[in-house]
Amino acid sequence: MRIVIIDDSGLRATVLEEGLREAGYDDIHIVPPRGGFVARVERMAPDVVLMDLGSPSRDTLEEMLTVSRALARPIAMFVDQSDDSMIGAAIDAGVSAYVVDGLRKERVKPVLELAVRRFNAFARLQSELDEARTALSDRKIIDRAKSILMSQRGLGEPEAYALLRSSAMNQGKKIVDVAQALITASDLLGGV
Amino acid sequence: MTTDLRIAFLPLTDAAVLAVARERGFAEEEGLHLDLVRTTSWATLRDRLVFGQVQAAHMLAPLAVAVTLGLSQQAAPLSAPYKLNVNGNMLVMASEFAQALDPDISARLDDPLGTAHDFAAAIGLWKRKPVIGVVHRFSSHSVMLRYWLASAGVDPDRDVVLRVLPPSLTVEAMRAGEIDGFIAGEPWGSAAIDAGLAETVAIGERIWRRGVEKILAFRTPWLEENPDSVDRLLRALARAATWCDAPEHHEALAHLLSQPHYVDQPAEVILRALSGRIVPRVDMAPMGMPDFMLFSREATPFPWRSQALWIYSQLVRWKMVEHSADNAAKAASVFRPDIFRRALADSDVAIPGASMKVEGAVASPLAVGSKRGGLTLGPDRFFDGRVFDPERIEDFLAGF
Repeated sequence: MRIVIIDDSGLRATVLEEGLREAGYDDIHIVPPRGGFVARVERMAPDVVLMDLGSPSRDTLEEMLTVSRALARPIAMFVDQSDDSMIGAAIDAGVSAYVVDGLRKERVKPVLELAVRRFNAFARLQSELDEARTALSDRKIIDRAKSILMSQRGLGEPEAYALLRSSAMNQGKKIVDVAQALITASDLLGGV
Repeated sequence: MTTDLRIAFLPLTDAAVLAVARERGFAEEEGLHLDLVRTTSWATLRDRLVFGQVQAAHMLAPLAVAVTLGLSQQAAPLSAPYKLNVNGNMLVMASEFAQALDPDISARLDDPLGTAHDFAAAIGLWKRKPVIGVVHRFSSHSVMLRYWLASAGVDPDRDVVLRVLPPSLTVEAMRAGEIDGFIAGEPWGSAAIDAGLAETVAIGERIWRRGVEKILAFRTPWLEENPDSVDRLLRALARAATWCDAPEHHEALAHLLSQPHYVDQPAEVILRALSGRIVPRVDMAPMGMPDFMLFSREATPFPWRSQALWIYSQLVRWKMVEHSADNAAKAASVFRPDIFRRALADSDVAIPGASMKVEGAVASPLAVGSKRGGLTLGPDRFFDGRVFDPERIEDFLAGF
């Protein structure tokens, strides 16, 4: 079974390809949706095309699927149109699939399930990365607020942090928000 | 109690009514909270609607007809009880191509038939088939471009290459030389002009003075099961549309749409379509086109069944669907004037008395029967003077 992955994100495509290879599929091709990618896909005559649901190039691909003569059989989205939970999971995960009509459901379903799992895992990884980035910048803001308090109020570092924390608790805010407010105020007043 | 509704849209100026219903409190007044889902392709917008991830969508009118007829992936009956706008498209071409046309752009736009013939000649002078971007096979843009090209004997399936690409990629494709021009909804034509990549060759409004554009599409079963939410949404949209049409709001509307979670293009470029002041080439002064894009006046939102049938006639004409009484009935059923009437019965919106009309027959503003009186329809002529009688589709098709 020839599987073509069309994805803007090279990393996600690789994550998916690796999963498919582990599962024993070996005829896998990655095509970035740029330039004349549709002609390349058409020449490859794939059995299954997996594509990022968020890619603006889906309309271009579907047009090819509609008019193509190279693909003898029509292509249908998803394996079994009545399989709503599968379709829902695929859309939630952000993956769309085009399957050559006539491919047996049992053969394609594991590919789709794997794609959904890998897309979800990739999304989780990315949001963890974003959170880590936010945490890092939060720490920088708090550090700066602490140093303002230390120099303006002559506090030690633990006291400065305790003051930020108790102010945040009293105001029902996050420490980073109180710290940001302090930095802004200090900037406005011409402080450090 | 507030009802949550998820509605998918593409980043286009004609998503204005949805944005305004949400941001200006019109939806809230009806007890609705709108979650607007920004989508980058028509395929994904269609899938989100068909598979129930959203309750409604800002959809190309021909796509709603095509999905209902089973021509675009999974077949699903869709219903459009409300038109989000009329007009708003522009065909732009690279200047090297357009130099074979009338250099007087005003004259070029005023005479679509003459320009179509010049365009046919320009194809012969071009070193290869010109590649024209269209946003979708089942788009008003594609249907209108085909109609216009064919009027000069150009076969759109043989003499040019129509390349499908979503509106947000058109400008980059021009820059990369992958297409020689494109027809798309605003602000993308203006954005390409502003970048010095293209100039205006034809205006949708000059091809069909009142051309159907985006509709609000629902899955028919959901529409039937949720009459209260549908009615409230239509009332909110009708008030938002009136707000959008008012010239004093155009600037604020352009700023609203310019935000990254809506269209994400400069407000100044978006404003051109809203205010009907189109810059046809980067070095030219704006040209006044008061009917460039309509949201509310002349009962714009009313879904005339004859317009769904006109779209159907064009799909038949280009062999995208086989004509049968059954298919015609299915296509006509997509537009739902009955729901429009029910939702807006107690509002001050003008509601036409009829559900069908002969399309292309109004040459100058015409007063028509309406429930509340005082409804005047604007001119709706096709540039070639043809009229479409929805009762006589075969005769109409035989005329091409």
